[in-house]
Parts: sequence; structure tokens; C-alpha cells
Amino acid sequence: MKLQEKREEASFSLRQIVSPLEKHVDRHSVFYMQAPFVILFILFIIIPVIIAIALSFTDFNSIEKPNFVGLENYINILTNDNTFTEFAIPNTIVYSVIVGVGGYLLSFFLAWSLAQIPKGPRTVMAIILYLPSMTAGIMLSTVWQVFFAGDKVGYLNALLLKLDVIQSPITWLSDSRYLMMIMIIVSLWSSMGIGFLSMLAGILNVNKELYEAAHIDGVRNRIQEIIYITIPAIKPHMMFGAIMAIVNAFQNGSIGVQLSGANPTPGYAGQLIVTHAEEYAFVRYEMGYSAALSVILLIIVWGVSQLSKKLFAEKG
Amino acid sequence: MRKPKRLQVIGINPQHFDRSQIKFFLYLIPVTILMGLPIVFIFFNAFKPLDELLNYPPKFYTLRPTLQNFQNLMATSANKAIPMSRYLFNSVLTTLAVVFFTLMITTMAAYCMSKKNYRLKNFLFGINEAALMFVSAAVAIPRYIIVHRLGMVDSIWAHIIPMLSMPVGLYLVKQFIDDLPDEMIEAARLDGAGDFYILGKIVLPNIKPTLATVAILAFQASWNSMEASNYYINNEALKSFSFYMSTLTQASGNANAMVGQLAGNAVAGLGMQAAATLIMFLPNLILFVILQSRVMNTMSHSGMK
Repeated sequence: MKLQEKREEASFSLRQIVSPLEKHVDRHSVFYMQAPFVILFILFIIIPVIIAIALSFTDFNSIEKPNFVGLENYINILTNDNTFTEFAIPNTIVYSVIVGVGGYLLSFFLAWSLAQIPKGPRTVMAIILYLPSMTAGIMLSTVWQVFFAGDKVGYLNALLLKLDVIQSPITWLSDSRYLMMIMIIVSLWSSMGIGFLSMLAGILNVNKELYEAAHIDGVRNRIQEIIYITIPAIKPHMMFGAIMAIVNAFQNGSIGVQLSGANPTPGYAGQLIVTHAEEYAFVRYEMGYSAALSVILLIIVWGVSQLSKKLFAEKG
Repeated sequence: MRKPKRLQVIGINPQHFDRSQIKFFLYLIPVTILMGLPIVFIFFNAFKPLDELLNYPPKFYTLRPTLQNFQNLMATSANKAIPMSRYLFNSVLTTLAVVFFTLMITTMAAYCMSKKNYRLKNFLFGINEAALMFVSAAVAIPRYIIVHRLGMVDSIWAHIIPMLSMPVGLYLVKQFIDDLPDEMIEAARLDGAGDFYILGKIVLPNIKPTLATVAILAFQASWNSMEASNYYINNEALKSFSFYMSTLTQASGNANAMVGQLAGNAVAGLGMQAAATLIMFLPNLILFVILQSRVMNTMSHSGMK
């Protein structure tokens, strides 16, 4: 009996302490509920961008104190950096147009096709198509380096030797003629990410009455169906998919380095802005210069995203 | 005349197989097989006996599956100061933490941005939407500086804290909560319920699909990540399994010199890496297969308005 009383007493005093705190937290719930996310968001996304911008105006080399150099880094990048203008920029354009736009169109086409078949096979196929995007990073060395290996044991070489297409093995990953092509193939393979799933879900949810109405109005074939009904109906999903495709095309920029195992990549064939910035940061320790490259990259990504937003806004 | 037209109309999301679908299967099946081959390859390679790994001509499949690669993986790591299980433990622990905290932080913030009214609301969500385009690879050094300043270098938290703010996660959860009826929440509020109670007892049970999706995305990001092990952590005992896997071919290269069986060990490294890749890959596969219907449900709310 005594124990029971004590327990009640204890819990009562605990409630006395907790309850005002609880009330306080509840009254300012908007603040407390958002604080963790906002703080982490500022710490790991906003401040890094600000630091990058600040560093880009200095000659920071990770050892000495950084000096303010104004726009020197940017001027050097645009006028003096042959690797940037001859390789990084054209490579980035080629890579991101094919992987970004191509991967996006492929995602949409496959999502649309999957929507035309029954649920069972659709689910299995969607899982298989989505898997590479979640595991691309870990599979680079195990799968792709083995497949494109430079000796005759490499799968591609063995196949081509057997078919008498080539006489001796080709060192695919260290040959500047092939590296970009391989990067694009691997990236396209892993480009059915959540943008693809979003578009698939969007297409599946389009109201069937829309199609019926359109057929009465004279839509006759699948192409017209896609242009006049499907795309306008899932525009929000197309938009989300586009942003994901753009980010994917720029985020995986170091794939060339991972495949060839070297930075700079052989003959600068796989050098993108991301890898160019990494080379300056981790190989040459010119952090200020590297930061300026990063800032240029972020501006490009932002610009392209705004452009695609405009495009979608006008179409509807 | 009317019947074939009708069939075409119900083309999207059909309930049953129909002859008109054959043309889609005709290219979908080859494309899927082609895309899926590398995944099948992981399975075969992990169970391939050593002598078949470098055979010429290379064979895609094996008829003599063996557990040798997994045994080698265990044995090699048992000889080192840090066993494989330690890396695996680090990865499992940090990934669980990332998934749990991401879900907590994200749903709280998303609930506020969706159902509460305050001044900064649209501004915050606007910034988050812009951050969807954020390329974290571009700011690796500034992120390192922050991790360093927060004193997280060589701490297990370096795996966890930088991963927790996930703009895509917040975006998806917020879009999903937007579609919950306001009346439901108003009713609870009239009964005197606070926001934490509403979130826990009313909102959370109704947004399970999107929680599953964010859990998968957070899992993927953390489980496959090498950022922390590469940049923030020098202490070998705190590195992750994905990092360990990436070092396998190099590590066995060093072992070669000591044992002196050059060719044999390099191949053993390949085999171990294949086995480790399978260990890395399987959780991704299993989680997504289990949760895929919930993910698809979330994705139908994912459009950008």
C-alpha cells in the first residue's frame, strides 16, 4: 500500500515537471516541429553553398589563410582554363543532354508502356527497371568494370573477339574514345529513378473518362492520346520527373572517374564539371578555384531547372 | 465498329491480358531483361568458384555454385584488425538511425508546412523545392568544413547527421499530407488536441505509404553512402560496409605481396568483392519489393503543382 502511494507521488511530481514543458512545446509547436529540419537544412545545404560562394572569391589552398582575390577564379575559368573550355564544358553538355533528356524521355516512354499492361507483369518489370537507380554506385566496380575489362577476359571483349569484330582486346575504360560512351550507357541504365515511378503512378491515375471523351472528340491513335491527354493530365508528375532527371544528370558527374579509376580521366574524355572541380580540390588542393567551379555548376543546374519549369508552364 | 474502339479506350491500366498488349510486351520484355542482366550477374558472380572468375571465355552463369567467396570474405577479414562484422555493424546501426531520425524530422516539418499557417511557410517550402535541385557533390569541401567545425570528424555521428535533411523526403511527405482533409485535423483541434498529438495519432496512421517511401529513400542514401567514410572518418573501426567493399580489390592486392600467390589472390579479391556486392545489394532489393505498392501510392501524390 505504501509503495503504491509513493509511486503515485513520484508520478505526480514528474507530471508537474513535464506538464508545463509539454504545454510550452505544444504552444510553440510550429517552431519545435520544424526546428530540427530547418537547422539541419541550414547546416548542410544552405551554409555549404554560402561557404562555396565565399571560397570562390579567394585563393584558399587548404593550408595557408585564404586571400580575397575578387573575380580572378571566375575570369581564369572562363578565359585561361583550357581543360574547362575544351573538355569539361562540351563533355558536360553532351553527357547531361543525353543522360538528362534521353534518360527522361526513356523514363516516360517506359512508364507509359508499362501502364498499358496488367498489374502483375507491370509490377515485376517496374521493380527491375527501378533497381539499377538505387544500386548504381555499388555496382560500378563489380559489374561494369568486369564487363568492360580491358583484357580478353572482359565480357565485351570476349564477345567481340568471338564474333571476330575485333582482333585484339580493347581497353575500354582507359581509352579516351570510348569512355564517354560507356559513361552514358551506364548512366542511362540507372536513370529510371523516382522520377520514373512518379510518372508511372501519374499515368496510371489519369481519369479514364478523359480518354473516352477524347475518343469521342476524334483522337484516333496513341500518339495523339499521349500529346492531348496523357501529358497534360500528368504535367505535375512530368515536372517532378524532369527535376529528378536534371539532378541525376549532374549529381552522378564523377562516374567517369569511378569507371576509369583515374582523375583526370584518360585524355580528359570523361571530365565533367563535377570531376574538374574534384580534381582541383583533391588533387591540386586549389580549393578557391574548385569552389568557383562548383558555384558555376550550381548555377547551371538551377538555370536548367528554371528553364524546364518554364517549358512545362507554357505547354499547359 | 464500336467494340474495338472501346478496347483501345481502356488501354491504360488494364485489368487483364489482351491481345492488343502483345506489342508492348514485345519490347518491354527485352528491355527489362537487358536492364536486369547486371543484377542477375551479381548473383551468379557471388557464387562463382574462383577458377571460373577469370576463365576465358568468361561465362555469365555458373553450374558449380559455391560459398567459397563468402567464406573468403569472412576469413580475410578475420585476419585483419577489424573484422567484416564491424563494418556491417556500423552500416546497420547508422542506417537504422538515419531512417528513424529522417522520418521523425521530415514528418514534423512536413506537417507544419502543410497544415499550419505561419509567415515563413511558403518561403520555407519554396527553398526546399529549390533544394530538390541541390547537387551535394558540388559542395563536398564546405560540407567537410562544417562536419569538422561541429567536431564530428571521426565520430559515428558523421555518418548520420549530414544525411538527415532530405529535401525530396520533405517534398513527398508534404504533398501527401496536403491531400488529407483539413476537417479531420480541425475536428481533433476542437477537441483540444495539440499538434504533436494530432501528428502522432491522426496524421501518421494516414500517411504510412509516404513514410515507407521516405524510409526507402533514406535507407538507400545511407546504406550506399561512402561520403562519410571517405571524407569525415579516419578511424578504420568506424567506417561503413560500402566503403569496406570498395577497398576489397585493393586490400587483397596488398595481401598478394605477403603471401606471394599473386594471381590466385587477385582473383580471390574479385570473388570477395562479388560476394560483398551481393550483401550490399540484397537489402535494397528486399525492402523495395516489400514496400513497392506503398511507394507507388506515394508517387501518385508527387506531382509539382
